[in-house]
Amino acid sequence: MSIELVNVHKAFGANEVLRGFSLNIPEGETMAIIGGSGTGKSVLLKHLVGLLTPDQGEVWVDGENISRLDQASIYRVRRNIGFVFQFAALFDSMTIAENVGMGLARLDTMSDEEVRARVETCLELVDLVGYGARLPSELSGGQRKRVGFARAIATSPKYILYDEPTTGLDPVTKSVIDELIVRMSDDLGVTGVVITHDMDSAFRISDRMAMLYEGQNRWEGTPEQIQQTDDPIVKGFIEGRPELLESAT
Amino acid sequence: MHRTLAPVRAVGRGALRSVEAVGEAGYLGLDALRALRKFELWGPHLVGQMVRIGVESIPIALFIASFTGVVLALQASYTFTGAVPLYFVGTLVGKTMILELGPVLTGLALSGRVGANIAAQIGTMRVTEQIDALETLAYDPVAYLVVPRVLAGTLMFPVVVLLANAIGILAGWGTSLALLDMSSPEFVKGLRLFFEPWDVQFSLIKSASFGLTVTSVGCSFGFHTTGGAEGVGISTTRAVVISSMIILVLDAFWAATLLQ
Repeated sequence: MSIELVNVHKAFGANEVLRGFSLNIPEGETMAIIGGSGTGKSVLLKHLVGLLTPDQGEVWVDGENISRLDQASIYRVRRNIGFVFQFAALFDSMTIAENVGMGLARLDTMSDEEVRARVETCLELVDLVGYGARLPSELSGGQRKRVGFARAIATSPKYILYDEPTTGLDPVTKSVIDELIVRMSDDLGVTGVVITHDMDSAFRISDRMAMLYEGQNRWEGTPEQIQQTDDPIVKGFIEGRPELLESAT
Repeated sequence: MHRTLAPVRAVGRGALRSVEAVGEAGYLGLDALRALRKFELWGPHLVGQMVRIGVESIPIALFIASFTGVVLALQASYTFTGAVPLYFVGTLVGKTMILELGPVLTGLALSGRVGANIAAQIGTMRVTEQIDALETLAYDPVAYLVVPRVLAGTLMFPVVVLLANAIGILAGWGTSLALLDMSSPEFVKGLRLFFEPWDVQFSLIKSASFGLTVTSVGCSFGFHTTGGAEGVGISTTRAVVISSMIILVLDAFWAATLLQ
């Protein structure tokens, strides 16, 4: 099973964000989607989990057209998907342990003791052992982001969607998160979709990369291929050279 | 040309926004009805919300009611002097507290305390993507956030109003004894003179409808918040203003339909 977007269009009023975006993400691969700020990367990611519905086109996840499912079926599909939010989106009235255990509690397949053990394991993975009783407001931005990661992986999902997982993190934490993303794919066979601006991170973690530009899939290939491309838009973006982007438009 | 049309445009935009808000609230109401069957999501939170919305609102409701009772007794005595027997103070305090001021003043006060709190809380969850996070964890946010609050408000407003009515009458009674040279038998005689058990039922029906209004308007504005901290502020203000207006309209509606 894989993730596939077919000719997806999405507009908010007069603002046409996606204009026929298509992309196939094979099972077990990590795909990094790059693109400038405000180009619709987060909008794209929210389509994959059914938080947004395309105006036109199809979004296939785990063999189901998620844009055509009823609410109950969408929730069923979502149980196989973990979502790491850009600003963590932790529930601020709950402790860290309760946040991480939320998805497990909903699955209703584990005893309280098993949930506690799984929460501890996930917190250990993100190097936050002993933080379970704290509230999100007592953590730094980087720590909150790691808790968001722990919450997303707690249910052992088949797919994990990362919305700028390393933005705003210090270099060491960034490496820890990058390593976790790679491990998710290599050790557990998780299919990942990473939205990022961080090119170093994108090269490190992804099997393939795609660039969202003017609502469409401008370019797609491996990290090695993207560094060889002659496309001035892609080259200008990954090398941080605005003169190339300007000359191409 | 532009300046001339500006007020018309502003009215048009306001009208469109109002229609949109009514539509959003309608859809949310339908979703909430459908979400009632997901007891496993809202059931565990109902008692907590009843405490937060109802029990924690009792002090402010009783404070308002006690001073209202004092003022009602004093104003009744001032109005009746010489023309109407003083025991009618008991009648006026009882009838006015139960039929009108108990439910309406409590409803308006709680639209600020409860409605604003709900709109700000859910609005903040919306703009910080916590509601999206609930969705991705397979929690229906309407069942999880809206249903327990609306049910708690509808169930607890009558309880709070019942207490407010009682304290308002007791305050009016105490004022009559202390400041109006009345005796307890006189006050009680006035209180019982036109008392109908239906008055209490009317008060409870009205306050349940106010509880439903305050909580569902707060949830709706919170749920459809956009635009960060400023958006939360706008939603909160609108929730209080709109629910206060609906309370006054409902007040007239219930009087016209149930007291005829």
